[in-house]
Amino acid sequence: MPNRSFFWFFFPAGLAMILFIGLPIISTGIQSFYAQHDQILIEVKKCDPFGCKTSVVVDQEATSKIKDEKPLGKFNGFGTYIDRNHLATDQVSEFWNESKSVGEFIGKVGNLPFYKALLFTLTYCVIVTPCVLLLGFIIALSLNAISRKIRGPLIFGTILPMIVTPLVGSLVLFWMIDAEGIIGANLQILMDDPYLSVKSSKALTWITIIIYGVWHHSPFAFVVFYAALQTVPQEPLEASIIDGASRFQRVKHIVLPHIYPVVTFVALISLMDNFRVFEPIIGFSAEGSAQSLSWLIYDNLVNEEVILFGSAAATSIMTIVGISIILTPVLLRTWKEFRTNR
Amino acid sequence: MKKILVTLLFLLFGTVANADCNIKSGSINILANDFPALRTLVETAKECKGSADFKVTHSAEHNKIAVPALTANPSEFSVRVAANSSIVPLMNADLIRPMNDLVKKYGKGIQESQLITIDGKVMAVAFMANTQHLYVRTDVLQENGIAIPKTYEEVVAAAEKIRAAGKMKYPYAAAYKAGWNLAEEFVNMYIGHGGEFFKDGGAQPNINNAKGVATLNMLKKLADLSNPDYLTHDSEAIKVEWESGNVAIMTLWASRSGTLLDDEGDAKITAATKLVAPATVGGGNIPAATLWWDGFTLAKNRSDADAEASFRAMAHAASSKEMVAKAADQAVWLVEGFVPGPKSVGVIEAVKMGAKPYPMLPQMGLMHGALGSEIVEFLQGNESAEQALKDVEAAYITKAKEQGFL
Repeated sequence: MPNRSFFWFFFPAGLAMILFIGLPIISTGIQSFYAQHDQILIEVKKCDPFGCKTSVVVDQEATSKIKDEKPLGKFNGFGTYIDRNHLATDQVSEFWNESKSVGEFIGKVGNLPFYKALLFTLTYCVIVTPCVLLLGFIIALSLNAISRKIRGPLIFGTILPMIVTPLVGSLVLFWMIDAEGIIGANLQILMDDPYLSVKSSKALTWITIIIYGVWHHSPFAFVVFYAALQTVPQEPLEASIIDGASRFQRVKHIVLPHIYPVVTFVALISLMDNFRVFEPIIGFSAEGSAQSLSWLIYDNLVNEEVILFGSAAATSIMTIVGISIILTPVLLRTWKEFRTNR
Repeated sequence: MKKILVTLLFLLFGTVANADCNIKSGSINILANDFPALRTLVETAKECKGSADFKVTHSAEHNKIAVPALTANPSEFSVRVAANSSIVPLMNADLIRPMNDLVKKYGKGIQESQLITIDGKVMAVAFMANTQHLYVRTDVLQENGIAIPKTYEEVVAAAEKIRAAGKMKYPYAAAYKAGWNLAEEFVNMYIGHGGEFFKDGGAQPNINNAKGVATLNMLKKLADLSNPDYLTHDSEAIKVEWESGNVAIMTLWASRSGTLLDDEGDAKITAATKLVAPATVGGGNIPAATLWWDGFTLAKNRSDADAEASFRAMAHAASSKEMVAKAADQAVWLVEGFVPGPKSVGVIEAVKMGAKPYPMLPQMGLMHGALGSEIVEFLQGNESAEQALKDVEAAYITKAKEQGFL
């Protein structure tokens, strides 16, 4: 395709991307460098049905004057990025100095909100992505080997988890693991511990969310792999059968190399998706035990009665940076292959 | 046929008789929390909407919507039904208007005590009071020879006894859902211990002390007597627990008693449910509870005509003697003519015992938010009380700095 026509083909999509993704990211980036102005408080008499007392309120006149002059707020540089609720550089170095062992240091750092969220996000990413790839591939292989007559309904059943709205899917599991739900109650009997609660145990909550993640994302991998399997040429497969290759050898030496680019693609998408894990935390009401980076942003924006735009913006930018770092190895590899193919 | 005609006529005149506000123009759009008393209030306001546009959004997520919706100009809502805590972000951002002139012109049924004034400016008109107090199952208590608990120490002893008797596995319940609810329980218990959240009137936090530790230890003791899933239970969830007969003592909002004691559910449980005063704690004499008011505020970024129409409709409801007579068991109304019934016991006892109102301070929301997420690990047993309180203060200070309070 000549460059010119490519440009016109790409133009509408590109424009939408700049308007709806590019500009908001830039605006988020700018906001992350600003904090609110110093609050000007004045003492006033407050009366309510329970009596009067002297207390403080924000002085609106003085505040609006400052706000008109500098609507963005007070320039804070990287102040928000390095404060305790984000990278916490001061606290981390302090912990490093006062900790006697590496274990103690990690424990203390893991108690900081950002690192706590990062730890969960990475754990989720690292466990769910390979499981999704593997499970998706196995399902695709098995369905591909099944008689065509029952393949249709089976495919539909398999992609069902992806069709179900994430929140609904997680709620169903949430009720099942309730102390009086089918899984929760049976676990109590099985473990012989009437006070066992999947929802209040941190480890069990993590496991539940991870299992849910694998269940929810596998169909996507399956669909893509299944489509890719249809393109595997039959001749080399038949030739290998004649040569006496086992099923495993055929998959390893012919099928996998053939669909390798697709695997990279699914891995990329899964990694990005999993790094932004959010819905299951809300669906499982798991805020207490598991927090992700996306959840931190949500928390800053809606859970507080005061909205923390600076905090949320800083976490957003760091999430973007985090995704880029995670994707770098995969992207580098694709780039290398692209170069060698040319 | 005649009967139907009479009924129809009655209905017709009935509505005409109600619609006495004579509002000619403007549009009214209300944002409110979702519980029965507020629905009644809004319905009453609707009676006199006249020819004004009338819309309402009842949502449990009202806190999340309010600030963004009122920041827009013109604001999405003309009326926001708020409480002690939720009015603060609106005032911090200057999103609601004083209504002194409207009160003077149209508020003749409103009592002086209903007005929330800041420096003489009327920022809200309250119509109901609320608090969290104890609910007990008299049958279970009697069976085990337990008197109605007056302190949280007695609650713990009673719940332990009920558990030991093999009657119930999790005899206590309170809304301990991580986040706002859990933080609210901490606020109650800390105030019950006589604690102050900030150092001498400033914005420096003041919770990492003996009272804070005692508060956390009491919360932990109660949590151990609750359903192990307590960190996911909000008011609605524990209400369900109660109605299933799993709980004998519970701390819950007074405003929830209406749906708890209605005809739905097990009649035996309903009959044995008794509302009693909030408990004290740690030998203190004020209850471990906070007093709340619910009232309406008017959006600033809305035309004067809309504000006037909204005020007149809301003032009609907030001074309606008929409404408080009809819905006497839905809330503790602050409206003139309200006769307290058995369901008002909790709030009235709380006031008598000298309960403190929830602190209406500009930086309180940040403290509340920090509490809701940082004390969870202590309850899970992963952290010491001192460490949890230290974390709360550190998280609060960081947020307060970003917001310019420190």
